[in-house]
Amino acid sequence: MLLRHTSKEVKEREGLTINPAKTCQPIGAMYAALGIHGCLPHSHGSQGCCSYHRSTLTRHYKEPVMAATSSFTEGASVFGGQANLLAAIETIFSVYEPDIIAVHSTCLSETIGDDLQQITRKAKDDGKVPEGKHVIFASTPSFIGSHVTGYANMVAGIAAQFPVSTGLKKNQYNIIAGWMEPSDMREVKRLSKELGVKIVLFPDTSDVLDAPQTGKHVFYPKGGTTIAELQSAGDSLASLALGPISAEPAAIALEKGCKVPFETLDIPIGLSATDRFIMALSKVASVQVPDEITAERGRLVDVMADMEQYLYGKRVALFGDPDQLFPLTEFLLDLNMKPVHIVSGTPGQRFEKQMRQLLDERSPETNFRNGLQADMFLLHQWMKNEPVDLLIGNTYGKYMARDEDVPFIRFGFPILDRIGHSYFPSVGYGGGLRLVEKILNALMDRQDRDALEEKFELVM
Amino acid sequence: MEANIHFPDPSKVREELIQRYPAKVAKKRAKSIIVNDPQLIPEVQANVRTVPGIITQRGCSYAGCKGVVLGPTRDIVNIVHGPIGCSFYAWLTRRNQTRTESLMDANYIPYCFSTDMQEENVVFGGEKKLKVAIQEAYDLFHPKSIAIFSTCPVGLIGDDVHAASKEMREKFGDCNVFGFSCEGYRGVSQSAGHHIANNGVFKHMVGRDNTPSVGKYKLNLLGEYNIGGDAFEIERIFEKCGITLVASFSGNSTVSQIENAHTADLNVILCHRSINYMGDMMETKYGIPWMKVNFVGAESTAKSLRKIAEYFGDEELKAKVEEVIAEETPRVKAVIDEILPRTTGKTAMLFVGGSRAHHYQDLFAELGMTTVAAGYEFAHRDDYEGRHVLPSIKIDADSKNIEELKVLPDPELFNPRKTEAELDALKEKGLEINGYEGMMKQMTKKSLVVDDLSHYESEKLIEIYKPDIFCAGIKEKYVVQKMGIPLKQLHSYDYGGPYTGFEGAVNFYKDIDRMVNNPVWKLIKAPWEKAGNGAGLAASYVTQ
Repeated sequence: MLLRHTSKEVKEREGLTINPAKTCQPIGAMYAALGIHGCLPHSHGSQGCCSYHRSTLTRHYKEPVMAATSSFTEGASVFGGQANLLAAIETIFSVYEPDIIAVHSTCLSETIGDDLQQITRKAKDDGKVPEGKHVIFASTPSFIGSHVTGYANMVAGIAAQFPVSTGLKKNQYNIIAGWMEPSDMREVKRLSKELGVKIVLFPDTSDVLDAPQTGKHVFYPKGGTTIAELQSAGDSLASLALGPISAEPAAIALEKGCKVPFETLDIPIGLSATDRFIMALSKVASVQVPDEITAERGRLVDVMADMEQYLYGKRVALFGDPDQLFPLTEFLLDLNMKPVHIVSGTPGQRFEKQMRQLLDERSPETNFRNGLQADMFLLHQWMKNEPVDLLIGNTYGKYMARDEDVPFIRFGFPILDRIGHSYFPSVGYGGGLRLVEKILNALMDRQDRDALEEKFELVM
Repeated sequence: MEANIHFPDPSKVREELIQRYPAKVAKKRAKSIIVNDPQLIPEVQANVRTVPGIITQRGCSYAGCKGVVLGPTRDIVNIVHGPIGCSFYAWLTRRNQTRTESLMDANYIPYCFSTDMQEENVVFGGEKKLKVAIQEAYDLFHPKSIAIFSTCPVGLIGDDVHAASKEMREKFGDCNVFGFSCEGYRGVSQSAGHHIANNGVFKHMVGRDNTPSVGKYKLNLLGEYNIGGDAFEIERIFEKCGITLVASFSGNSTVSQIENAHTADLNVILCHRSINYMGDMMETKYGIPWMKVNFVGAESTAKSLRKIAEYFGDEELKAKVEEVIAEETPRVKAVIDEILPRTTGKTAMLFVGGSRAHHYQDLFAELGMTTVAAGYEFAHRDDYEGRHVLPSIKIDADSKNIEELKVLPDPELFNPRKTEAELDALKEKGLEINGYEGMMKQMTKKSLVVDDLSHYESEKLIEIYKPDIFCAGIKEKYVVQKMGIPLKQLHSYDYGGPYTGFEGAVNFYKDIDRMVNNPVWKLIKAPWEKAGNGAGLAASYVTQ
């Protein structure tokens, strides 16, 4: 057994987290900043932070992940990191020539009390920021929230620092992407185009973290939301924030800064959340939903109906991030499956409430916990007490899946041992279809593996 | 020895690498970019701060302490005191394999433990939460040892992990709890963390169990972390030779092995950078000499085994070692003979680690490939130039605050395994006793040596040299491959390995052959992008 020390008996813990279902803020900020064209993320802290975040994102995407660091030493930690950040800004603009440097803080610089607003302003005042170039920032202390919080904070930073309200409205809508894969962002753009709605999507990591092999390393790949697009977001008619936790803070910042009204939706994972997204977008932009989208939806429902017998009542344990877990749970319920255990390391009452409400209505007996000590160790213990037929979560789930001999679907962040997530969306009706395919394959492969010889089915 | 391949003018290369930098940065980087001369061995600036804003390969002190040195020992519960990320990122990512004797034996490597420090802990102090976490770990697992690792905020807010550890150790009585002040900002790279880890392991673990170890030729393997099963292969070879491995620091190791390590008669060091402190301290305290070996490469493995036999000076062992080498060599030779025509004359660059960029040059040499440029990520001058430069290394502000343990001979346990005269005689025979000649002596004249290579420099080097393979880590992997050059990860081995010993050599030959000759590198251009393919349909109609 890989996790041989995990006992069945659940004891409440207050100090120790074991096998976390979350990581820290700055990696989310780094990921978000990669979705801006010509932007170099910058980690204001020790080298290790930047190295770990780049490594994890690289393993997840199998793509270059460029980011710089303030390379704190003990001196900087005692006297403050201003000198390091100013030097970094100067070096970065001369060596790596980005259009934007997106600085995020770390637990180190936050504990010292470095003020990123003040330091970045000083960089501008001191002439260290070349004409037409930008330095933006987000405060992302690792001791608050999770990687999702860091993503939200950086996207909110982008929304607060770029969009301008010219007073002349543009016939376009902002879609603020919650934490999604490049494939998902590409799919959101396709669906919007299909509906005939002009959108500004930010951040947008498609064509950044799924770049083609060309024999050349393009330091700033062609993807990412451009500065012009971001600036114009202040003149958009409305914003849709896809993800109450990871995207809404940016929508609020835009409303505050540029008076762009917004609506918050779930990330369109699964049938119902995609329905709400399509409805909201068609309503806000006053467009008819084209037949092609209705047909896409129909194909998903068709498969759900045709294969319902293999899905019904199947018990699922899942872990991950709030904005994915909520619509995914809802989708599992739509599939007539049974979410049995759910954990997320990301704290927050809003998510807790949203999830509780859904579960109270449709699956009151589900074990659900988020925040401190809502970790994979707890999930594993729950699984030992009440076994499941399927586990859904990031790569770390494979240890539990192997020990408990449970089929496993990789979903979420990080996925370190398989490809696909960056190329094939899990949002939209097509994404839903892909999820159903994955779920069915996992369950039916298991049925085939375990079937008695006389019960082995040709047609299923 | 000058290689047959054509080197670009190295001094021009050097200039090109630094020309884009601001003047001050260029001046600094110039001292770390050196044209090699194996006879003269010029000075390389190393183990100095990375310029802020430079995209570096380096990580932090915590990574070196917890990730590298302590991580591989399977029965320590390693609790990271800090916000969640530090523990999360070091969770299973270094591929330290381990094999317990039974399914009941302790193995905490697949687990990740953290105090998940919150804002109120930063404001009001985190010691209380740490002690609760230690208690919970003890109650849940009853481990032999619990180690505590400090992350950046811990040092700043003044949590005393050592006092907390001591209090809990005394409270438990049967669990050795100890702490490390390995905050990420200490030193200039992972290297500081290695030193801090060495100190802690030496202070809190080594020497706790004086039970005499059994065996005729007893040694410890230092600086081998069992990535991809490297230690398994070395263990296999040792066992075949009749050599007793008392403890490994720290691949595939247990707490009790390390506690008993001082009963061995020799320390062999693989990764000089990360563990040389341990070799020195054990020699001073217990009288165990250390010797630099290299089990990366078939020839290097044979050479290292012969050195070990020479050290013990026993004819029986010497004969056994020769027998094992003779037995293992044919299968290695069969593979290399088949592969060599496809790899000979190709070039490699290695920018990795604190010892690997040296060790793997042996394997490339066995493949008939030349290392045109190499450098370390976090090494010191002695790893480049050899340990004879140690007295001339200036102690700067960043190294000064890493504790140097004052070690004295143990009044009872100090027992020199060899007399001074015996050691001198062994050195005469070419054994690197308590010594290391460094990487540059082995590299060709005019090859380039670059310490703490930056991203910008790596792209320039690839443009200029167009190497057939580039060796580095995960952050560099896909950048270099986007340029159409295969990158071999020498931290994680691209999830393959082992690469040590005879089996490892065979694995490496095959992997490099596969990588440098993979057809995919010729598929990058679409047919319509290739010159001379016609301008499209219209043109072909005309010719018809």
